[in-house]
Amino acid sequence: MSDTTLKSDGGSSMSQTQRNWLITVLILAAAVAGSFVAGSDSLLYKVFVGPFVEMYEVPDLFVQVLWEGLVAGTLYALVALGFVLIFKASGVFNFAQGIMVVFGGLSLVGFYAAGVPAFLSLALSVAMMYGLAWTVERVVLRPLVNQDPLILFMATIGLTYFLIGFGEFIFGGEPKTMITQEIGLPSGSYDFDWFGGFVSFQKLDIAAAVIAAIMVGCLAVFFNKTRIGRALRAVADDHQAALSVGITLRQIWVIVWFAAGIVALTTGIMWGARSDVSFALQVIALKALPVIILGGLTSIPGAIVGGLIIGVAEKTAEFYWGPLVGGSIESWIPYFIALGFLWFRPQGLFGEKIIDRI
Amino acid sequence: MFYREAGQFKTNYRTDQAVFPIFQDKIGVLVILAFLFLVVPFWFNDFWLNSIMIPTLIFSLAAIGLNLLLGYAGQISLGTGGFMGVGAYSCYKLTTIFPDINILVHILLSGFFAAIVGILFGIPSLRIKGFYLAIATLASQFFLEWSFGRIGWLYNYNPSGAIEVSTKRMFGIAITGPHATSLTRYLIVLSIVVVLTWVASNLVRGRIGRAWMAVRDMDIAAELIGIRLLQAKLTAFAISSYFAGVAGALMVFMWLGAAEVESFDINHSFLILFMVVIGGTGSLIGSFMGAAFIWVLPIFLRAAPRVLGVDISAATVEHFNFMIVGGLIIFFLIVEPNGIARLWQIGKEKLRRWPFPY
Amino acid sequence: MSSNKLLLGLAGAAMLAGSMVVAPPVQAEDSIFVPMLTYRTGPFAGSGTPIMDGMHDYFTMLNERDGGIGGVMLEIEECETAYNAQKGVECYESVKDRDPVVINPYSTGITLQLIPKAPVDEIPILSMGYGLSATAVGESFPWTFNAPSTYWSQMSGIIRYIEAQGDGIAGQKIGFIYLDVGYGREPIPLLDELASEMGFEVVKIPVGVKDMQNQSSHWLQVRRERPDWMIMWGWGAMNPTAIKEAAKINYPMDHFIGVWWSGGNVDVTPAGEGAVGYLSANFHGTGTDFPAIQDIITHVVEAGKSLADPDTVGDNFYNRGVANAVATAEAIRTAQQVTGVSVVTGVEMREGLENLNITAERLTEIGLEGFMNPMQITCEDHAGAHPIYIQQWDGENWNRVSDWIEPMSDRVRPMLEAAAEAYLADKPEWQTQTCN
Repeated sequence: MSDTTLKSDGGSSMSQTQRNWLITVLILAAAVAGSFVAGSDSLLYKVFVGPFVEMYEVPDLFVQVLWEGLVAGTLYALVALGFVLIFKASGVFNFAQGIMVVFGGLSLVGFYAAGVPAFLSLALSVAMMYGLAWTVERVVLRPLVNQDPLILFMATIGLTYFLIGFGEFIFGGEPKTMITQEIGLPSGSYDFDWFGGFVSFQKLDIAAAVIAAIMVGCLAVFFNKTRIGRALRAVADDHQAALSVGITLRQIWVIVWFAAGIVALTTGIMWGARSDVSFALQVIALKALPVIILGGLTSIPGAIVGGLIIGVAEKTAEFYWGPLVGGSIESWIPYFIALGFLWFRPQGLFGEKIIDRI
Repeated sequence: MFYREAGQFKTNYRTDQAVFPIFQDKIGVLVILAFLFLVVPFWFNDFWLNSIMIPTLIFSLAAIGLNLLLGYAGQISLGTGGFMGVGAYSCYKLTTIFPDINILVHILLSGFFAAIVGILFGIPSLRIKGFYLAIATLASQFFLEWSFGRIGWLYNYNPSGAIEVSTKRMFGIAITGPHATSLTRYLIVLSIVVVLTWVASNLVRGRIGRAWMAVRDMDIAAELIGIRLLQAKLTAFAISSYFAGVAGALMVFMWLGAAEVESFDINHSFLILFMVVIGGTGSLIGSFMGAAFIWVLPIFLRAAPRVLGVDISAATVEHFNFMIVGGLIIFFLIVEPNGIARLWQIGKEKLRRWPFPY
Repeated sequence: MSSNKLLLGLAGAAMLAGSMVVAPPVQAEDSIFVPMLTYRTGPFAGSGTPIMDGMHDYFTMLNERDGGIGGVMLEIEECETAYNAQKGVECYESVKDRDPVVINPYSTGITLQLIPKAPVDEIPILSMGYGLSATAVGESFPWTFNAPSTYWSQMSGIIRYIEAQGDGIAGQKIGFIYLDVGYGREPIPLLDELASEMGFEVVKIPVGVKDMQNQSSHWLQVRRERPDWMIMWGWGAMNPTAIKEAAKINYPMDHFIGVWWSGGNVDVTPAGEGAVGYLSANFHGTGTDFPAIQDIITHVVEAGKSLADPDTVGDNFYNRGVANAVATAEAIRTAQQVTGVSVVTGVEMREGLENLNITAERLTEIGLEGFMNPMQITCEDHAGAHPIYIQQWDGENWNRVSDWIEPMSDRVRPMLEAAAEAYLADKPEWQTQTCN
């Protein structure tokens, strides 16, 4: 991974993008026309027309799928946000974000199980995430400063292994039930009779969306209005320049890892409440990776919008097209969507013209 | 004293470019080979051969494959597990379609199928690089995993969904399946690995390898001196996948005896990436040392409490195992980010002066 | 640290490690070695831990209370696999030279890899209610046992249960949600065949391992298809999530039946009230109201020799482990009786398993009256077409809601034989046996 940056040639890339669009539209038009000719039993019809007819005819399910996609997308966005925060400030692609989600959720449940009142457990878990951030800075980041990004990435995988062992040793390997009610999260759902069917919004999911929004808002204020936030953005722009104007890199690192830890804790609580808190949950870090391709490693709005796009696209694809090929395509379709997106916008969602990726 | 290059003059290019230009290295390699071929078979028991030697050699081959891509051509891939799977499944199909052809031919052929798949999934490397490429190769990992489970033809529609190895003979001796002794399988694996390592070492010294290294160091510069990026990157993916594919076929046919989709999951890709990074990127001998370290360490850790007579439960051992492996990985990256291969080099430097340091 | 010291340290560590493994394991000559392949870690630990606890505790109880089996102590040793097939094979390799009587692989993936090794190493495999269905055919698989029932038998029993309820099964739509691995896909051939014959429709919904806790789109498919019944072949973290999602779409829980691996207490408790009414297949009793389980509590749990959380003793999966241990222990006892050898090893154990006959009287004798259906294994049938029953979760406990349901042996057996034949087709040197 060299640090060379490439200026993409504005004029020619535009025309190439336009050509890509044209080719795609033509192929799609041909496919739709072909599927009408071939009739409603043909595969073409099932792929290119059937799902849309179904969306129109059973709108309640469509709305529900969109909603589920948005909720999942919110949570992917939160994990992706964790990646972005750390990458921006310390240049580390933090693979341990997934296990931090599990670790956060487990410590909350663990403290509560040990007899600590719910909100105190929450505070203790936050403190724990701070402790984790401090330790990581001290033990992993500081000795590895100025290393190749690949080495830092591998170090975070090492950290993942360590945290898996440590977490299982302390909390046990079996899944735990999230203390949803105790920390004031709602349960139940709002059911609406819409479009001749019903659409149900879980209160928990609404809460997740609201909390995520508040959190992103707070982070935005923190980054734009506070002194530390400005220092953080300076570090993200140029480490050495930031150092030379007297910004303490170490302090900044602890703060971003702590922020990522809080984001992870929130994700852990939300996802834990939706299913349960177990070590299997760390795979959701993998689910956030296509979001990164889409939104870029350095863009906070990219992570959020990318997360929502991936969430909705993934659920829609699985629901309407998954059964055609035997289902369970959720595991890989987001990656292909993200790669397909790069075909049209090589710079990603909010990427600038000067990009390292291409 | 023993390791001295003094007096070894090269009088023509041929000797200067030899695989082992130093006389002591030649002897060293011959000694190691003699040990592996002549001593190990008589000295090591079944457990050593089956659980340590055979897997280490197979993983070394896969690590060499990834090292060609990562260490020499500078492209990160997280899809090694998937490519190993392609090798294993195509070898299985070849043995069922052409049961009369020697299994060794099948194993070596199966790598070509992996190479084709590798080229297909290497195409994104032309547009994206760094971590974005790593994430894009995850698409291949997940898509391949999904295909192995979904396409019944690949596993001959077995109700179990697994591929199984039947007994094949060569010169009347069983070389695969349950009747093959671990010694036979070990010698076959060792021979294949030695031959392919020799091929790899010549590849990286030759035109192709030099093109890869030029691309790795700076792709624009490489392009300017007339290296075709497309060709260089895709050959890197193809040859790397060939090695991974052969390793995958060996893994199923010479070691495990049966495999499910889960035998080729994402954790494998990470495992092999670890072997490459810990061993040392851009070093073939490092691939062997990395594989040995990452594979053997947990086995020793598991065996330790029983041998030392410490009474702790198997689960706790596993927890500590994770912690120690994770911690050691971080420790290694801190102490020697260039991998064990670098330590090896330092060791040789010391030997050169020993016993008269200055 | 200088690289000098590091090099020295490395060399030292390597030598120490080498000497550790070369040293032969210390082993008593007069005990029966029962290795356990466990998974108390990894994504499936939630389901695995209570099973391993139950198994471990029953063996320990036999040692503590009776001094082993037939006067020979059992040497129990766990080896952690984390449900990973490669670690499983490594565990197998590390125990196989120490004369284990039987291997309980506890993972379909590990079982598949060990099946071909068993006849060569002469170590029988007991994959209790999992593994390869075809290994029920004793003639083809002399060394593998999967009592009390195969997945196919179990599925046929569940279909029978559905058939016996209200509207029958013809014309119904049945949803099958399964973990997308070999284990989950196993019953599909039978399901397809029964569907065409009995006139019901099947909707298959696979759940990938990575999406175990991310099932909302799968359950929306259920909402779209509106199946009359749901059958689940789930494991680990997939189960509680599926039950929660089912509750979320208001799927009637009393029409939702899990395989016996989807009926753990840890699977239903996270969904709280939502899980009430959920059904699951089973083949043994739950709760602690059995003298043998009381013995476990006195001799093992209260004596501090158990790894289990005392609250989980008597849970469904804990008792599953006990049932597995009972089958193993009774097979050891049978082996001692049949062969006259007291310190049995794999070869004798195979005889014991093949002649295993746990009668109702014997169950009473060992303090497990009514715990399970009498279990018999024969040379031809290594699973035994044993009946299952359906249990229902009431928010606190599992309650039995059906009688013992006999599987459709007449349908399943030919399919098993065909599958066994297909397995052996490309393995000309396979060791088979003839039963008289």
